[in-house]
Order: sequence, then C-alpha cells, then structure tokens
Amino acid sequence: MSDLRSVKITNFSNDLSDQIKDAGFKEIDGCIQCGTCTGGCPSGRRTALSTRSIIRKVQLGLDEVLYDRDLWYCSTCYTCLERCPRKLPITDIIIQLRNLAVQKGNMHPTHVSLSHHLYNTGHGVPIDNEKWENLREYHDLSAKPPTVHSHPEAIKELQILLESSKFDELVGIEIEESEEKYEKEINYVPKRVSNTQQS
Amino acid sequence: MKNLKKYSLFLGCIIPNRYPFIERATRKVFNKLGIELMEMEGASCCPAPGVFRGFDIESWLLIGARNLTIAEENNTDIALMCNGCYGSLLEVNHILKSDPEKRATINSHLAKVGREFKGTIEVKHIIDILYNDIGIDKLKQRTKYGRKERLDLNVAVHYGCHLVKPANSRPWDCNVEEPRFLDELVELTGCKSLDYKDKNMCCGAGGGVRSAYKDVSLDMTKEKLNNMREVGAETIITACPFCHLQFDLGQVEINSSSDGYINPNFDIPVIYYTQLLGLALGLSAEEVGLIKSKDLAAVPPFTPMEPVLKRIGEHVEA
Repeated sequence: MSDLRSVKITNFSNDLSDQIKDAGFKEIDGCIQCGTCTGGCPSGRRTALSTRSIIRKVQLGLDEVLYDRDLWYCSTCYTCLERCPRKLPITDIIIQLRNLAVQKGNMHPTHVSLSHHLYNTGHGVPIDNEKWENLREYHDLSAKPPTVHSHPEAIKELQILLESSKFDELVGIEIEESEEKYEKEINYVPKRVSNTQQS
Repeated sequence: MKNLKKYSLFLGCIIPNRYPFIERATRKVFNKLGIELMEMEGASCCPAPGVFRGFDIESWLLIGARNLTIAEENNTDIALMCNGCYGSLLEVNHILKSDPEKRATINSHLAKVGREFKGTIEVKHIIDILYNDIGIDKLKQRTKYGRKERLDLNVAVHYGCHLVKPANSRPWDCNVEEPRFLDELVELTGCKSLDYKDKNMCCGAGGGVRSAYKDVSLDMTKEKLNNMREVGAETIITACPFCHLQFDLGQVEINSSSDGYINPNFDIPVIYYTQLLGLALGLSAEEVGLIKSKDLAAVPPFTPMEPVLKRIGEHVEA
C-alpha cells in the first residue's frame, strides 16, 4: 500500500472567503451544500459548471476557483438565487468571483474585445457596417441612433469615466494609439494548498 | 388615457444597432397609445450586465449612473425594451439610491464630466408600463376596433430571465416559477399562449455565454426550441432583444451546425411583443417592422417571417 497517496488540504486559507464576505456576502457561511442550485442550473446540465462546488471552493478559500473556466459558463439566469433554501445571493457571488478572476488577468478574448468596443465606441455592440444604418432608415428611423453614435463628445465622457474607474487598465486598453491588441487568455493554474504523502 | 406620462426611451445596443424594427414597433405603439417618448441623447451601452458587471462592478455602476443622469436631466422615468438593460439600469438605480457610500464614490467619478446622480427617476421595462400602468383591460379595449381580423396565433411566450428575476426587485406580483403577466399581454391580442416544457428556462445568451461559448448558449436555445416545437408553436414572442437575437439568428446557426441531426430544420418566426401588440391595435405589418427589406443582405429577421405573415392574412410575394 506504500504507493497510495492522498491529497489532504490541511492549510485552509481564509483569504478568498474573507474577500467574498467583505464584498457583502456574509451569507456564504450559511450554504449547506444541498445542491439545489446545481439541480436547476440550465448551463450546469450541459457543461462542467457545478454551482454548488464553486460556493464550496469559496467556503474553503480555494482561490483556484478564480482560474476556473466553469465560472464563465453561468448565464446569470438567477434560477439558483431564487431557489436557494438558505437564500444565498448565488448569482451575485459568481459575479463577484468573476470580478476577482478578471483582476487576476483571467478574461476570455471575446470579452476583452467587447470591453474595447465599449471604450472605443460607447456600445458593446456598435454599428460597424453601413448596412445597419441602411436597415434603420428602411424602418423609418434616423440612420444613426441618438446614442453615443450621434454624439462623439459623449464617447469622450465615457472614456474619462472608464479611465477614472481604471477599467482601461483592467482590460488592457492602451491609451496611446497602438496597432496591437492585448488579449488575456484564461490560465488554469491549480493551486493546492498542501500535499501530504501517505505510505 | 388617464395618466398621460412621458418617458425617456433608453435604446441600449442591440435594438438600435441590429434589430431596429423593435424600436420602430415600440415607438409606433406608444404613439398610438398617446404616450410621449423623449430621446436620451448620448446614451451608451447600459452597460450589459452579463459581461461588464462581471468584469468590474464599479465601472458597471458608473456607466449605468451616467445613463441614469441623462434621464434625470430629461426629468422623466426611463422606458426600456431589453431585459439586460433592465437588469442593469433598474439595479444600478436601486443600489445608488439605497447605498450612500457607493453613491458618493460614483458621484466623485461623475464630477469629472460634470454629472451627478441624484436618484430622482424610476426605471421601467415597457412590459411593466403596459401591464401595471396601463393595464390589460384598457389595452384590450384599444384592440377592439384595432384590427379587423382577430389574431389567433399559437404562441410560445419567452419571458427571459432579467424581466422576472431577482424577484424581490421586480414589479410583478407573481410566482417567479410561473409568471403569467406576459402571457396575459399576449392573449389580449387574441393569440393563444401555449404551455411548454421548461417554459421559464434561460435562452442561453446572457452572462457572457453567447460571446465566449456560443455553442453552449445555442445548446440551451436548442433545448427551448425543441420544447416549443413539440407543442406546435407558430411563433415565439419575446420581451428582450438579446433573447430575440438568440432565437432568430440562433435557429439559423443551430440548423447549419447540426449536419442533418435537426430534422426538419427549426423555422419558428420570432416576434417582439410590441410588434404583436401593434398589429392588434390596428397597425400594419409594415409599420411594426414585420416586412423584411429585399435590398439589404444579412440583416434580421433571419428566421423567415412568411409563415406568420400568411397566417395573419398578409399578402406574401413568391
């Protein structure tokens, strides 16, 4: 039996669970791991997303959850939040975890692009082709909507605000004119707190 | 109309920039009902809750607050047409009204562009205005002399998620697992709202899933489409442009990726609620944006509208 090893987590870190509680989610201690959340999750039943185990990882302070791709399979439908028997704001906790994941540089490339669209045009889905203006006119509307698309000064305002909240730094927008796009891939780096070998 | 109200129309991104016929139908319907819609000049992305709230909550609050100040300057409540924009602006408004510390932080950013969030207005989805403020009875009366032939389509109603949840901040007096208000709005037009398996399930587009993992989002959509087809739905009625896009463009995407596994292909036309209400009020199919442009390529509706147009008695060219 000498080649049997078990991984024992003996050194729980409170950091992540404290971070989540400080963000306003003190209820996280109340999760009894019943799995009702996972049971109703529309994404979870076709992906590896297990909402229950995400909350468990937070309870145990395992910050590997911030490197977990499964965190991004949640469609924020709020079914888990509505059904949780302990009334945990589960979806809001997942959103908070996503914020922390992004701070660590974990962001899907298309989400980085969307963020760049927001900064550059003011729209997450901007008019990027004449056909959309033609379609608006076909439907008796102004070619450009009265949004940022008709007000370049509004885009400048938006940029000042996004720089003020440091969103530009977060998503890698270089303020100087640059041809290059910086893309951040999700890096899965499993971090075991401790390993023990049993002989 | 007893209370003639004025609203600031928040457009968002998908409606003005990809699905403008939803904007057309809503403007026409509100005009017919005698409600004035003001423009929100310089409004931006709400910002989309499924993506931007997940990236940085403070930036989400900030850009949302900027949009709210535009309506505050108009001195009217906001009327909007998208569940995502509703999830953002309703909740940003509520958070900043009830949390003085967060409000101070956001206002310190806004001061840099000469703006200030005052917390003077409310945010309403047009479904809220139509159901709670105007009411089924008044709308039903208005449809009495609206359309000559009664509409009697078999409809699969899709609520979407952020219209209904989180329930404790939504204006519906309903069971969150079985809401009825949108079904009632559909049935006042004469159409029948069908019950179908997992009716309240998400379409799959939100939470950044369509942008990052399109195949996962479409798998959720496919499940809903199977359930809708099983009960004989002739059309899908939506209250959100992202759900609308996910079903409309999504059917084309699912059909083309399935290599004959989907047999026959999905072909259920997708209609936004104000398009349906407009028809019932006596507007033409063209006025509510159901007629597709013949000159523009690669624009919605992607799932052909012809089956519904024939059913409602519109002349359809071969």
